[in-house]
Amino acid sequence: MVASEIDRGLGGLKDKKKRYSAFALARNAASYHQNWQRAWRNASPKASYDAVIIGGGGHGLATAYYLASVHGVTNIAVIEKGWIGGGNTGRNTTIIRSNYLWDESASIYEHALKLWEGLAQDLNFNIMFSQRGVLTIAHSEHELKEMSRRVHAIRLNGIDSDVMNPAEIKKFVPCINIDQSIRYPVMGGFVQQRGGTARHDAVAWGYARAADDMGVDIIQNCEVTGLRRKGRKIIGIDTNMGFIKTKKVGCVVAGHSSVMAEMAGIHLPLASRPLQALVSEPIKPILDTVIMSNAVHMYISQSDKGEMVLGAGVDKYNSYAQRGSFPVPEHMIAAAVELFPFMSRLRMLRHWGGIVDTCPDASPILSKTDIDGLYFNCGWGTGGFKATPGSGHVFADLIANDRPNNIAAPYALSRFETGFLIDEHGAAGVAH
Amino acid sequence: MSSQRYRLSGGTTIRTDTPLSFTFDGKSYHGYKGDTLASALIAAGVHLIGRSFKYHRPRGIMSAGSEEPNALVRVGTGAYAEPNLKATQVELYDGLIATSQNRFPSLKYDVGSINSVMSQFLPAGFYYKTFMWPASFWMTYEHFIRNAAGLGKVASDPIDPERYEKTHRHCEILIAGGGGAGLMAAYQAALSGQRVMLVDEQAEFGGWLLSDDAVKIDNMPAYDWVREMQSLLSNMDNVTLLPRTTMFGYGDHNYITLAERVTDHLSPRPSHLPRMRLWKVRVAQVILATGCIERPLVFGGNDLPGVMLASAVQSYITQYGALPGSRAIIVTNNDTAYQAALAFQNAGGFVRAIVDTRTTVKGAWVKAAKDAGIDILSGHGLTGAYGIHHVGRVEISPITADGREITGEAVHMDCDLVMMSGGLTPTVHLHSQARGKLVWDEKHLCFKPGATHEAEQSIGACNGSFALSSGLAEAIRAATKAVKSTGGTCTALSVPDVTALRINYAPMAYWKAPSQAGAGQGPKAFVDFQNDVTSADIQLAVREGYQSVEHVKRYTTTGMATDQGKTSNMNALGILADALGHEIPDVGTTTFRMPYTPTSMGMIAGRDIGGLFDAVRLTRMDSWHRAAGAKFEHVGQWMRAWYYRHDGETMEQAVTREVLAARTTAGLLDASTLGKIDVRGKDAATFLDRIYTNKFSSLAVGKCRYGLMLKDDGMVMDDGVTTRLADEHYHMTTTTGGAAGVLDWMEEWLQTEWPELDVFLTSVTEQWSVATLSGPHARAILEAADISVDLSDTAFPFMSMKQGYVSGLPARIFRISFTGELSYEINVPARYGVALWTALMKAGEAFGITPYGTEAMHVLRAEKGFIIVGQETDGTVTPLDLGMNWIVSKKKPDFIGKRALERTSMADPKRKQLVGLRTDNPDDVIPEGAHAVLDPNQPPPIDMLGHVTSSYASPNLGYSIAMALLKGGHKLIGETVWIPMLDGQKPIKAVVTDTVFYDAQGDRLNGTSSS
Ligand SMILES: Cc1cc2nc3c(=O)[nH]c(=O)nc-3n(C[C@H](O)[C@H](O)[C@H](O)COP(=O)(O)OP(=O)(O)OC[C@H]3O[C@@H](n4cnc5c(N)ncnc54)[C@H](O)[C@@H]3O)c2cc1C
Repeated sequence: MVASEIDRGLGGLKDKKKRYSAFALARNAASYHQNWQRAWRNASPKASYDAVIIGGGGHGLATAYYLASVHGVTNIAVIEKGWIGGGNTGRNTTIIRSNYLWDESASIYEHALKLWEGLAQDLNFNIMFSQRGVLTIAHSEHELKEMSRRVHAIRLNGIDSDVMNPAEIKKFVPCINIDQSIRYPVMGGFVQQRGGTARHDAVAWGYARAADDMGVDIIQNCEVTGLRRKGRKIIGIDTNMGFIKTKKVGCVVAGHSSVMAEMAGIHLPLASRPLQALVSEPIKPILDTVIMSNAVHMYISQSDKGEMVLGAGVDKYNSYAQRGSFPVPEHMIAAAVELFPFMSRLRMLRHWGGIVDTCPDASPILSKTDIDGLYFNCGWGTGGFKATPGSGHVFADLIANDRPNNIAAPYALSRFETGFLIDEHGAAGVAH
Repeated sequence: MSSQRYRLSGGTTIRTDTPLSFTFDGKSYHGYKGDTLASALIAAGVHLIGRSFKYHRPRGIMSAGSEEPNALVRVGTGAYAEPNLKATQVELYDGLIATSQNRFPSLKYDVGSINSVMSQFLPAGFYYKTFMWPASFWMTYEHFIRNAAGLGKVASDPIDPERYEKTHRHCEILIAGGGGAGLMAAYQAALSGQRVMLVDEQAEFGGWLLSDDAVKIDNMPAYDWVREMQSLLSNMDNVTLLPRTTMFGYGDHNYITLAERVTDHLSPRPSHLPRMRLWKVRVAQVILATGCIERPLVFGGNDLPGVMLASAVQSYITQYGALPGSRAIIVTNNDTAYQAALAFQNAGGFVRAIVDTRTTVKGAWVKAAKDAGIDILSGHGLTGAYGIHHVGRVEISPITADGREITGEAVHMDCDLVMMSGGLTPTVHLHSQARGKLVWDEKHLCFKPGATHEAEQSIGACNGSFALSSGLAEAIRAATKAVKSTGGTCTALSVPDVTALRINYAPMAYWKAPSQAGAGQGPKAFVDFQNDVTSADIQLAVREGYQSVEHVKRYTTTGMATDQGKTSNMNALGILADALGHEIPDVGTTTFRMPYTPTSMGMIAGRDIGGLFDAVRLTRMDSWHRAAGAKFEHVGQWMRAWYYRHDGETMEQAVTREVLAARTTAGLLDASTLGKIDVRGKDAATFLDRIYTNKFSSLAVGKCRYGLMLKDDGMVMDDGVTTRLADEHYHMTTTTGGAAGVLDWMEEWLQTEWPELDVFLTSVTEQWSVATLSGPHARAILEAADISVDLSDTAFPFMSMKQGYVSGLPARIFRISFTGELSYEINVPARYGVALWTALMKAGEAFGITPYGTEAMHVLRAEKGFIIVGQETDGTVTPLDLGMNWIVSKKKPDFIGKRALERTSMADPKRKQLVGLRTDNPDDVIPEGAHAVLDPNQPPPIDMLGHVTSSYASPNLGYSIAMALLKGGHKLIGETVWIPMLDGQKPIKAVVTDTVFYDAQGDRLNGTSSS
């Protein structure tokens, strides 16, 4: 656990002209919004950088931001093969919480949660972090026991968590069905009030804008095709825009991590699988909390636009295609109707899939490698959005200092050899 | 009651012999069978239907189909209410009740429309730039934002009274879209005798032909040809016709999902029919004939009620017999609107002018319009529309040939209808869902299908072939090809004769009307109507650096409304390309995904809810348990008897009684739920040696052995007793919850890693009913129950199995024990379950036999320190951690998990190990899941040793016992630990012990110590 104060970086934007505020909005309205500054420059690659981050998802952009703002390393670039935030960052169901079972997990997710709190101000970008609470529901005697275990551990770790019985759940979430005769009735639950959701795209854009402000080059439509090294040292990357020289490369490419690692001859213990999500048509507010259920296997929240956002578990096969199979949404919708009968008369509006990179122990990799200057941040699988600020923060630290801090240390690749795994499978069920 | 003032005679789908009444916002109206809610409202002269999402602007009906962005209503009341339905898709039925949405207090006077006045401060993405101060206030701001958003309201009574069904099909050829091309393809394909399905989202087949009164096919009016095709098809046994059915999903390998609306249009709805039906069809060859969608034009005020798509106006007139206005201005960049203009004029409307953005206009339709006396203003654009709740006046300006500049004075004309046409967009959604590529058609300024990924073909308008004759020709070609590739034969029909005026479908590139106002000023010109995204918003996004299509979409929300961008995507792309100075094909499109139109979740859930959400598994003795007052617990899918409550007993008293009986007389447990897997084959022994940590090849026939299996990471995965029935035949048991997982696991190894092994696995869990008789009188009771085998220790020792009869029932009897008592597990063919149970109860009556449930079983095994996988383990526990070194073979060359057990972490002194706990106060029962610490007074985060896995009041010992997984636990034996409580109560003090609390010597296994 992190007891000490977190170094959040400089905060705000250096360039006053660019700063957002209600005043700026009024001022720009007067000029018909013709004078807004670009959120980030359309940079093209320089010949060399002090460090290069591959992958313009939330984690990669956050890494670049903290490298610049906490460690003063500003001659860096983020290389993105498509558009920033277009990977899982822009496809996830945005659940944020830190109520994990194991100390190592609690430590990194709580670190992230603390950074979420105040991130909008740090970045001068409203990422709409909404602490509406995350309620996890238990549907059997066995789950009640598991829940008790988690709540005890979470509380002893100093993280908020409250137990609720079905009547209290009904009061907290009036639209839920607590009828005890349903197949898997609501038997209890626990809530993390500080948990909630954030606007995923805004997280990518906010980090990109703030990093750009400090001089970081955000390079889109640039695909990394090779990692070049000399002996056991990294010397640069090959891209479709040419060779870029650098001594430090941080790979943050989620579902494509194993492919990228192969470029350096490293084999990562990752499996890539489709994870699906969907939203309903927008309706007036009815659900103000995030609900997660392992037994019926789905989770749900309502976005600010009014759409019901649903997700479930991964498809059971490996794939790189960003689509899954129909039985998964079928099941998650049935589960949603079961717990929230009003969903029956709503309609599915959009549905999509992302490729999640999962480790055998369902925990991420934040690690140096056998190659000097090559670092990996991946394996966040089905639940890494919530970690975005924390992951970027500790990964920047790892790259800047070439050694992991206390929070990152347990997540080294070596754990798969030593066996010091952080197994969140048994502990988490649906890990979002 | 209002009359149908704008009703025309005729209408291809209107049945005037069946009048219907309905209400909208409480007011009664009339319509006819064949109307949609939209056409009936138009016939009644109602044009203000709803309010937009962000600015709450008044909106009317723009289209006549599923692309409708504006006319969203709530249909039905109470439990039947459904929000956000498109009035253009709601078929009218008698008694339909519709209400407008997203307005307060009324549709006409909506306070939310203040947003429209404030809109200067609310450009795209404004919320990312503000609401950040003070930091803690976002939740308050958000509350208001949420209430303003969200469109419709859900049903007031949440339980949906209607039923939904699912059905599965296979067919050779499925055609989506029953317009001219689709009907032609279906008929051609059907002639082969192959199984053909034709689906269309409309109530009637015919598509655009229902709205086209100017075309003749084989000298018949198009509509008659449609009827003829339909009757031919409906007489063919190999054809399934599904109107009111939307193909909403295109999955891998032609896995097609269809949504059929079965009763939504009926009143009353027959109760024997489901409301909707989900079809899952595996198709050999798909033919897409989904047509095209007309694009709106982007000019200031283009969202006013009364501004409609030209083709929609034609549909309302020709198909529905409803006249959307009396004085119309037509604005177009192509020929198609001319036909609509003439239809309007022929129906009695007055066409003020056709405003054509093209400098030179020519061709048959232009001539026809001129001949009809219609004014044509070529080289002009409509540069603004004005009105409060309805369009009343438009501004028309001369424009340059490229349409980008205004060249002179504007003229103003009043009107009550604007018919706009921005060109046609092929409906490529399904082709794109099927991972087909799109190619840019520079002539028609649209994307059309390119290379395919699945076995599918696109024909007609959705393929960019807008002319009917080419669509029909494509249909015949595609259907013959599909027939051939599915192994059938048919002779190609000749293409029917089409008589129609020639249309030039190629539009002029004109993505946005020029405006006199400065950049960002002037009336709003909408691109995405429902989400209130304007052309200025798209330009702003580009200025701010959001330049990829996806960024623009996400920043402005264009294309993300409930019409899924059907009318907005192309215009947005055009404006984006302009702003970037790129060509449209270089800007790209966003990917289309399931569903094609919003799809009922109730239907997707189908009947897999309520009792059918997941199978409930009951043992054969279930009825007996219920009669005996058992309480049940969920164990995976199973319902297991938890404890049997006698009158007046608490759960604790019942469990105590059951536990004591099992140790003093005899207890009877229904153990049928344990997983049972039959393992057979020449290599069965080798296989089990690899699966389990201990050896099974050395097990003698007729003997049983307890085994542990590990995952490849060395962690305990499951346990159970496996018995050798014959040399090459074993009977494996697993935990109740783990059964399916274990079978999967073993199959995976067999099939992927060790295919050379000759082993067959069969789940036999449900083939056997199992009663476990446990306690000092177990032997006597079995003898009283007429057991046919010798039960003496020598003839039938512990850990062996005999076959014989119990009370005349054929049985396998296993002498194994999970209670530590003398114990027999009697397996009989499943159907004898109750017979066995009652026979044993009867035989045991004199001996005090007592049925016990899973809770007592847990206490009994905990007294003995036996683990339960899933309770003492959680996927992070090795056999060593459990103190079960003895079961890990040191001699076997390999078994799953062996290598993992050699890793350095295994020797870590801080590993969590299973120990016992005895509380200081014998009455304190520690809550399971609580964590032990050495020092309870530290501030958080507190150093935790680990958690309590099992904890019970032990009736046999008279004190509380617990097991826990503690860091370095084995070394802690004898030490004191503290267990902090959640509710602020004092921590519980306990001492660390060994896990075996009772009968450490194991004497009771032989039943001896009872005597
Ligand atoms: C459906 C779904 C629901 C989810 N729900 C939740 C949730 O509720 N809560 C939660 O916490 N997490 C959730 N997640 C997980 C979460 O989305 C991810 O863990 C997280 O967003 C990963 O962020 P990232 O920046 O590491 O990866 P990404 O956002 O995927 O970014 C990786 C980037 O690398 C780029 N890239 C790849 N290869 C190359 C190359 N060769 N060259 C250059 N660039 C490259 C990609 O284009 C991509 O932009 C969900 C995921 C999915 C799919």
